Amino acid sequence: MTVFLILFPLLASLVLFAFKPANVKVWAFAASLIELVASIVVVVLFTKSEEVQFVVDVPWITALGLHFAVGIDGISLLLVILTTLLVPLIILSSFKNEYNKPSTFYGLILMMQMALVGVFTALDGLLFYLFWEVALIPIYFICLIWGGEDRGRITLKFFIYTLAGSLFMLIGLVYLYYQTPGTHSFDIQALYEAGRALSAPKQSLIFWAIFVAFAIKMPVFPFHTWQPDTYTVAPVQGTMLLSGIMLKMGIYGVIRWLIPVVPLGVQEWGLTAVVISIIGIVYASCIAIVQRDFKRLIAYSSIAHVGLISAGALTLKPLGVQGAMIQMLSHGIIVFALFYIIEIVFERTKTRRLSNLGGIRNVAPLLATVFVIVMLGNVALPLTSGFVGEFLLINSLFQYQALLGSVAGLTIILGAVYMLKTFQKSMSGEVNSTTMGFEDLSDHEKLVLYPVVILIILIGVYPAPLLEISEPAVANLLEIYSKFSASVK
Amino acid sequence: MNALLVICGLGVFSLIAEIANFKKWLMAIVMAGLAGAVVLVVLDFGTSTLHFSDMLLFNNFSLAFTGLIIITTIFWFWMANDYFKLQPHKTDRSALVLFTVAGAVIMASFNNMAMLFLGIEILSISLYVLAGSRKESLFSTEAAFKYFLMGSFATGFLLMGMTLTYGATGSFHITKIAEYVSAHGGELPGFFYAGVLLMLAGLAFKISAVPFHFWAPDVYEGSPTVITAFMSTVVKIAAIAAFYRIFSFCFSSVHTTWITPLQIIIVLTLVVANITAVYQNSVKRMLAYSSIGHVGYILLAFMSNDSGSAGTIFYYLSAYSVASITAFTALHVLESNNQNITIEYFNGLLKKNPLLAVGMTIALLSLAGIPPLPGFFGKYMVFALAIENGYTGLVILAIFTSLIGVYYYFRILIAIYFKEPLGEELAISTSLKLLIFLLIIFSIVIGIFPDSLINIIR
Repeated sequence: MTVFLILFPLLASLVLFAFKPANVKVWAFAASLIELVASIVVVVLFTKSEEVQFVVDVPWITALGLHFAVGIDGISLLLVILTTLLVPLIILSSFKNEYNKPSTFYGLILMMQMALVGVFTALDGLLFYLFWEVALIPIYFICLIWGGEDRGRITLKFFIYTLAGSLFMLIGLVYLYYQTPGTHSFDIQALYEAGRALSAPKQSLIFWAIFVAFAIKMPVFPFHTWQPDTYTVAPVQGTMLLSGIMLKMGIYGVIRWLIPVVPLGVQEWGLTAVVISIIGIVYASCIAIVQRDFKRLIAYSSIAHVGLISAGALTLKPLGVQGAMIQMLSHGIIVFALFYIIEIVFERTKTRRLSNLGGIRNVAPLLATVFVIVMLGNVALPLTSGFVGEFLLINSLFQYQALLGSVAGLTIILGAVYMLKTFQKSMSGEVNSTTMGFEDLSDHEKLVLYPVVILIILIGVYPAPLLEISEPAVANLLEIYSKFSASVK
Repeated sequence: MNALLVICGLGVFSLIAEIANFKKWLMAIVMAGLAGAVVLVVLDFGTSTLHFSDMLLFNNFSLAFTGLIIITTIFWFWMANDYFKLQPHKTDRSALVLFTVAGAVIMASFNNMAMLFLGIEILSISLYVLAGSRKESLFSTEAAFKYFLMGSFATGFLLMGMTLTYGATGSFHITKIAEYVSAHGGELPGFFYAGVLLMLAGLAFKISAVPFHFWAPDVYEGSPTVITAFMSTVVKIAAIAAFYRIFSFCFSSVHTTWITPLQIIIVLTLVVANITAVYQNSVKRMLAYSSIGHVGYILLAFMSNDSGSAGTIFYYLSAYSVASITAFTALHVLESNNQNITIEYFNGLLKKNPLLAVGMTIALLSLAGIPPLPGFFGKYMVFALAIENGYTGLVILAIFTSLIGVYYYFRILIAIYFKEPLGEELAISTSLKLLIFLLIIFSIVIGIFPDSLINIIR
């Protein structure tokens, strides 16, 4: 099943590249729906325990000790669902756009999906790294070929920045590989043991080598400088992929490939990492408040949110990690909806400057309503999906340290400031010359946005099924961690 | 061994073809002959034979490198086909190329210092002529002259080094030298070590490692593009193979002598070549610096005393050759008559010729070391080998230089995908299309299934 989830999108993308069918969009959408159905089958077959299921382990490159080892546990499953859910929505959201070379465009999106599912299911260190890097290539070309102004320079910065991070992670992984006993192995359990056996200073070094890669990908302050430009310049589907799914690779990495590997390093430097994440929250929120460009504002808001997720996950409290899981899902859905709304507004008014907008509520009440719900999700109002996650995260931070918790709590207030300001500037007020004749949501747009709205409310009201999926795996992870740190003390 | 005879035979045949005015079928015969040579190499595989009173040793190492050299040459002939068509004297040129290949094979299989010298000279002298083969061009003549002067200089170093080692060990046979050196560890005279270092310098000239690289950019730029492609693939493979046989095999027991200078060479090569490449406008010159940079990565593998390093080097060179041939094919197609290709020539290549654009993209991604292309696994293995042997500092430096590499390779990618095209659509012949297609498939296959290539030398 796991192999199907990984290889099917690849196969689909190759078919698109090779045959360039006439209505590519429909084919790509169909492929992503099949993938979604497959992932639902996985959810149904999945038994709620901490075990890794649907494991496949085939030697691939023996000379390098590389195994094609993949499997799904609760933590992976939520992110796989997020990927398989968002990709069809992203493809559907692009139905109106006419891109040059559509078969390449959709082929790259599907290839990206392959790599993302691979990242979330890999059980072999080198395989994880391979998928991690392969995910970068399609998104780079999506941004480079279909992006906006000055994309050459901006996407290159993005590429080199993230590649730099991942190469350091590679050094860390290779170093661990040579610490494994016998004929070395990249197997995740072997790497866990090798990492834990290291002395505290060495674990700290490995911690930083690996953490930097994840921090750049998320991105947390001060590794975020590539992000606002890239989000702004990317075509909207690219931005959705970047912020909706790709960003989660970093947090997933922290949970799966950092905390259990170098627990002592995390103990030593966890607080530092939490503090910089929290600085990032406040910093990005403040910058978001003064943004004039709609898309850029959401880009900064995304830095703020991801900072909270990373801080919460690094508290190593069950609440924090669970909160991170649910918030990743929720943020993915919400940020997708926000970027789609921006795209709708941009397409009709040809501007993203907030000061040029206004009064959309009067002419497009449906859009405004959807925007309100999504926005409330983004500011974590109770009964929206954002609330569940942020509540757990902030709660865990309070348990960790009250002061940090209260600073992190600012995210909700600051978030409300910039989101409400955005709403006020774009939706309320009088209709002006740009927003005159603004059409309300078309049927097709409803088809994309309504499920998202339903999901936001559904997860907000009844998050238990999702929490249950990841709970045993998270509990197991933290138990291993606390056992280990207890034994060291 | 038989492959070497076939290649020499083909060279002589080419010369006769000039006199006998038999040009029409020459290319086909050369290609068929080379393909036959590959078959002979494959048949010999697994054996280990000595020839000419133990002067040449054909074991798996030399056979693997011979195979790589010949296959690369086949691709090269395929790509350079029209270079031969346009020239009035194509036969003597193909003869020169074939003699160069013969020299290269000897460099990969020598078992005696004299044979090494012979191999290098056979290779170099033909190349001096080829570098100057565009007689009407001043640059080409300059390249030939520079190459000749610098090459002779390097050969001088090498000869001096051989003489000194001979004086200390009393033999030219590298197996005997290796035995003698390991048996008389502490009691070797000082001039022996001087000899080792002189040979290091001489061979560093040949593989164009910094600070012995000055000739390379000018020569690469001035020579006809197809010859540059030949120099940066076939010649480089042979030079690295020779370097391996001398240092990792013959002088491995005194590696403390040469490891520190080699480290300095690696650092300089990585830093200077990659940083200079950023500032090049001419793509050919940039590729010249990039090929110097790749030598730096390959040399990292020499830091380990482990037997696995031969496989790593072999794989790296295969990956590098496939990518380089692809990139030079693109360059060759684009340049038509103009010799100075700047990055602007690649503008909008995606629209002008998608196949060429995809080929170039894969080549550049592979050179930049992006998975799952072969360039990544090559770099990965080199880095892993260095980390295993405790040279993490060098690896961190190499990572920074690879990032610089990404910068200059991606400038071409940006031009291909982002800039508006200049000029008309680009038509290329079916045979070149097929070549590019094959090279793309090759890159992907050896990227996804690298195992057999890595293990070939064991």
